[in-house]
Amino acid sequence: MNVVVEEDRRPAPDARPVIVSSTVSDAHTWNLVYLQLLIEELGYQVVNLGPCVPEEELIAACARIRPAFVVLSSVNGHGGQDGLRLIRRLRAVGELRDLPIVIGGKLGIGGADPRIVAELAAAGFDAVFDDNSDGPVLLRRFARGLDSGGRRELR
Amino acid sequence: MNFGDLVRRRHAGGRLVVQPRMGMSDPETMRAGLLATRKAEASTVGTITVDSYTRQDDLAAIAEALRDGKPLNGYPIASHPAQTTRALLDGLWDEQFPVQVRHGSARPQRIIRALTKAGLHATEGGPVSYCLPYGRTPLADSVRNWREACELLADADEERPHLESFGGCMLGQLCPPSLLVAISVLEAMFFQQNGIDDVSVSYAQQTDPGQDLEAVTALRRLCGELLSGTWHVVVYTYMGAFPRTEEGALSLLGASAELAVRGGAQRLIVKTVAEAVRIPTVAENVAALEHADTVARRAGAAEPPEHERDGGQVYREARVLVEAVLDQCADLGDALLRAFARGQLDVPFCLHPDNAGRTRGRIGPDSRLGWAATGAMPLKGLVNTSAGTALTASGFLASLSHVQHTHDTSALATGPRSIEANSGVRR
Ligand code: B12
Repeated sequence: MNVVVEEDRRPAPDARPVIVSSTVSDAHTWNLVYLQLLIEELGYQVVNLGPCVPEEELIAACARIRPAFVVLSSVNGHGGQDGLRLIRRLRAVGELRDLPIVIGGKLGIGGADPRIVAELAAAGFDAVFDDNSDGPVLLRRFARGLDSGGRRELR
Repeated sequence: MNFGDLVRRRHAGGRLVVQPRMGMSDPETMRAGLLATRKAEASTVGTITVDSYTRQDDLAAIAEALRDGKPLNGYPIASHPAQTTRALLDGLWDEQFPVQVRHGSARPQRIIRALTKAGLHATEGGPVSYCLPYGRTPLADSVRNWREACELLADADEERPHLESFGGCMLGQLCPPSLLVAISVLEAMFFQQNGIDDVSVSYAQQTDPGQDLEAVTALRRLCGELLSGTWHVVVYTYMGAFPRTEEGALSLLGASAELAVRGGAQRLIVKTVAEAVRIPTVAENVAALEHADTVARRAGAAEPPEHERDGGQVYREARVLVEAVLDQCADLGDALLRAFARGQLDVPFCLHPDNAGRTRGRIGPDSRLGWAATGAMPLKGLVNTSAGTALTASGFLASLSHVQHTHDTSALATGPRSIEANSGVRR
């Protein structure tokens, strides 16, 4: 978990913030606090929208804040459904079509499920991190890839 | 016989009541789960855990999931017709096997109506504990909703209703025991003030067995001092990040059964070996119930040391917190609202807008869960707040993983064991 995969290169301090958010039905927050700390340590400012975020609220926040990217986290087992509904609505908003957005956590109720991952990726997430211990490291890599200008597609 | 009466009678007969956290979207599977719970070789009661769309009152999402055949993380009790729920309970639910509905909703009216319509009378909740950990419903709305929920429950005929407070869990981890004990007692008082006479108070196992024993004792002592009506104590097997190995999970589960017996609790709600990964199967639930029962029957009610007999430090802190709330005003709902608005109750790491967020829990070198910051809570002079270090992602994860690592590692050190031999590894 603590493996440092790249040198610690921090983005410019004026970089746009990152949004961390739960899905509409998910009340878990330890994951959100953890992800916030992780992303702050990459040098970003984080707007943490908290648990059970209604879709329209998340979409409005994205349009208003224009974040560098969005990190969605769900562990309650409804992440597959909630993520799908959200990304379809969000990608339908013209100005958010290219907004980098990733999702991760425990997305189904039966353990890691490649079908859910594929479905979410196909629907428009830039990366999908299923429940495994190197998720945070991969997320860091994703952020740094964005930071250096390249959009990296993981999975 | 109502839920509480049965639990107390079984406990008086020398058996700890064990109960699963179980909820499936499909009525057939739910019925199979309840049947297996009933047949398990343990002194069990049944559970229907409600899914998280129903908790959020989002019935459209359930309609969509049921239509598309997507599995839910619980039983959608407000979407299936009462007839369906009655049918799934038919012939398996009776005086000897009551079923409790567990949900986690700050807007519970629809759920309460559905469960009473299905003939059930026992559930769980609380204006604080079903609000702060469960989303963004304002605390004032939750208090209003829970007053109404108590009324709905009290008005249903069937049986004398039972209501359990989830206050002993809150966010599951890193909240020092005294605050958990205080909230649970205060919620039980709120229930009784709102017409529910038979209640239970809860305590979730934390980081240190000695401190946990102290906490359960403190809880019982405070209930004796403050509750009227009938009540009992329920222990929850650890509610935070769970061990990842089977041995570690069973070790932690076993320790919670010992805690329940030694602490004089009447009921235990178990966790399974699948906890860290996914929703457990029926078989995994049954195995957990039977393991807990085996450990409980073996655990003697050894005479605990002095500080654990009177509730010690946990009691002293909890008493002060409870009094601070009771001093606000006579109505407990209003008193709780004021206490949270002033930060006199303040749950560590809780993101809810109505929680002050100025406190911090930390695990000491002795494994006890203490305070790194007490904010505006009236605990000055009672506790040592060792200045906490800055919060980092890795430090935070290490705190969250403390219990998981302790049990996974101790299981490794002793090697994989049979369930029999594994019980009682941790004291
Ligand atoms: C604490 C807890 C709670 C607390 C939450 C309090 C709060 N406000 O946060 C309480 C008790 C209230 C609770 C309630 C519920 N819970 Co809960 N809960 C847990 C528990 C025990 C620990 C979670 C935790 O703190 N983890 C620590 C954080 C830091 O780690 P994490 O969340 O696992 O996330 C890690 C990775 O997944 C990853 N990650 C997460 N998100 C993302 C996103 C990205 C982009 C990336 C890269 C990585 C990533 O990073 C983290 C670090 O590695 C877990 C089981 C477990 N893990 O042991 C169950 C668990 C998550 N809960 C579960 C469920 C179902 C519920 C309920 C629906 C009740 C129920 N039916 O049982 C309700 C939720 C209601 C709702 N509306 O959502 C299930 C989910 C099942 C599934 N997905 O298959 C679990 C797994 C338990 C189980 N086995 O049944 N819960």
